[in-house]
Amino acid sequence: MAVIVHEDFQFIVQGITGREALNFTRECLQYGSKIIGGVTPGKGGREVYGVPVYDTVREITQKQRVDGTVITVPLAFAPDAAYEAIDAGIKEVIIITEGIPRKDASAIVEYAALHGARVIGPNCLGIIVPDVCRFGSLGGPAVDCRKAFKPGVVGVMSRSGGMTTEICNALTLSGLGVSTAISIGGDPVIGSTYADLIPLFEADEDTKAVVVYSEPGGTAEAELARWTQEHHSRLPIVAFVAGRFMDEMPGMSFGHAGTVVNKKVDSPADKMRRMREAGISVAEEIGDIPGLVRARIGN
Amino acid sequence: MRFYEFEAKQLLKKHGIPLVQSELVETPKKAKKVATNIGGPVILKAQVIAPGLAAASVKEAADPASAKSAAAELLALDDGGRKPKGVLVEARPTGDAVYSLSFTYDGTTKLPVVAASDMAGKIDDLGDTHPERIVRRHFSALYPFSDYIAKELAKSLSLGGADLTRMTRIVSGLARLFLKYDLADLDITSLVKLGDGNFAVLDVEADLEIEARHRQRPMLEELGFAKDDLRQVREPTEFELEGARIDAEDPRGIISPIAEFDGNIGLVIGAGGGSLTLTDAVRKHGGRPANYAAIGGNPSVDKARRLTKLVLSKPGVDKIAVMSNVVSNTRADLVARGVIKGITELGFKPADKILIFRVPGAWEADAAKILQKYGVEYCDRTVSISEAARRAVEKVG
Repeated sequence: MAVIVHEDFQFIVQGITGREALNFTRECLQYGSKIIGGVTPGKGGREVYGVPVYDTVREITQKQRVDGTVITVPLAFAPDAAYEAIDAGIKEVIIITEGIPRKDASAIVEYAALHGARVIGPNCLGIIVPDVCRFGSLGGPAVDCRKAFKPGVVGVMSRSGGMTTEICNALTLSGLGVSTAISIGGDPVIGSTYADLIPLFEADEDTKAVVVYSEPGGTAEAELARWTQEHHSRLPIVAFVAGRFMDEMPGMSFGHAGTVVNKKVDSPADKMRRMREAGISVAEEIGDIPGLVRARIGN
Repeated sequence: MRFYEFEAKQLLKKHGIPLVQSELVETPKKAKKVATNIGGPVILKAQVIAPGLAAASVKEAADPASAKSAAAELLALDDGGRKPKGVLVEARPTGDAVYSLSFTYDGTTKLPVVAASDMAGKIDDLGDTHPERIVRRHFSALYPFSDYIAKELAKSLSLGGADLTRMTRIVSGLARLFLKYDLADLDITSLVKLGDGNFAVLDVEADLEIEARHRQRPMLEELGFAKDDLRQVREPTEFELEGARIDAEDPRGIISPIAEFDGNIGLVIGAGGGSLTLTDAVRKHGGRPANYAAIGGNPSVDKARRLTKLVLSKPGVDKIAVMSNVVSNTRADLVARGVIKGITELGFKPADKILIFRVPGAWEADAAKILQKYGVEYCDRTVSISEAARRAVEKVG
């Protein structure tokens, strides 16, 4: 079992000839992922590490089953790439591209919902199910990826790609390991929030607990707290909220685009309070996370 | 990116939203003149960006003479190191009824949303005190805005007759300009129904989506926005400007945002979320960060070198902590080389200046080798972020 991806998960990369895409395509292939095609307009007919490149998504979906796509095209082309994938029938869409205005992100996510597709991101790194499938650029070179992500019992959702790896590394070192890790993206409007994804972890028998990494800005933590209270989840949740220093600096923005304290709900203090009230354990430091998880799952 | 209120009002005016009589002035004398023209009591609003000035930036004046002195006081305000961008002098009509409107994006539904209340104020605050007095409607950023959504919202405010149609026009107009100009937030904190039955907007707050500033350049030009004006809550310091320059001059990797604090521990840290976590960790262990930085996206040796020199040259900073989350794309060896180079160029020994070097992940073996050569201990992934921060704080004393 795993969340979203599985052993036979087949995906494509849109913007595969870009610098970053070349790197993570190689890394994914080395990790054992099944990338069955790439798309870059005008570069159809080429190959990238043995992966055929096409001009359009439909050329691939007409011939083969495509479970997902990783979009890493330049900013100005990102919405179009997402619409192309969704219209071609792809149901799992990861958008790595950074800097997409929230209006465009909102439109993409609405379009996806109308077509039964799911969007992860924008401004995320994707998904890893350790030793099963890597869908996106999370974790870096395959050798480093294997060091930080070992199979285990903890599901991870994080607004920061880098901190996804940091937390998974801590869980791996502690021996708890990771069931599925999802970098959900750091923008104010993202396709899948903690509350959207937690039911998938709930249904995943490998997952015994969930760790979330959060930052100032937005309502995702309040929404997760509400979900937890309303659904009597079987999963203990441990949360870490970064950027507490920002509570003293209203209006300043650090880190991701979504990271700013303007409204009350944006503040780390408010997020921690809501999550604690919902029975979520809030870790003071990253290093405390494995211990809190163990305490909660009685291991 | 925050608009000054006079700019927001220019946008509203252009799109036919009815506004209260209002004029921007730059001198107390002009304020007096405008107040005379308006006749009766006026309200004066200093045009400022910094938070925490909400109360200090607004004054009422019963007559032109007191408008003049109020304007003089407002123009002397310190807006995070800037002068106010003038003062708005406005009529203050008393109305039969007052409303507020708020447009934003709802992260839960991922849709734009408009909230309305039959009370004045910020919807964010009214939500705490009078949640029952707020109505909401989501709309679409994918499809064009349809007037009936505004009509339904007006209806749920219990409006009827001409009030309903007038409010519908205002809400529709605002929704369309909210979408058109890539606003992230638009708050009409006071919308009044005048004695003649017409509505007029009194107070506006508007924020531009920062990521849309390039494609909204024509609108920003029209409002007179300088190209590099990001409307930070305070004026950037020399240190911050130099950091931004270093970042802009080399497209490889990202070291921003960079911010200056008043502590003594220089931070060469990354990346987005890692920097937030590390800054907290240093403070938690009693350390005082001298700055905020964010090394990400695989910066070049040169970029790391220049950042190191910048941080180490800051007055009051004797040593730096080089720390990051486990890196995936950023190469630890390039960071190590840049940091060493920066320190040696300043004439110091790396071992004397580096409190800790904790950058595990991609190319970590090479980073360890480089640091060993200079007698600097390399902390690998078994040293947690908290532990690294603790050691750095302990060493700086």
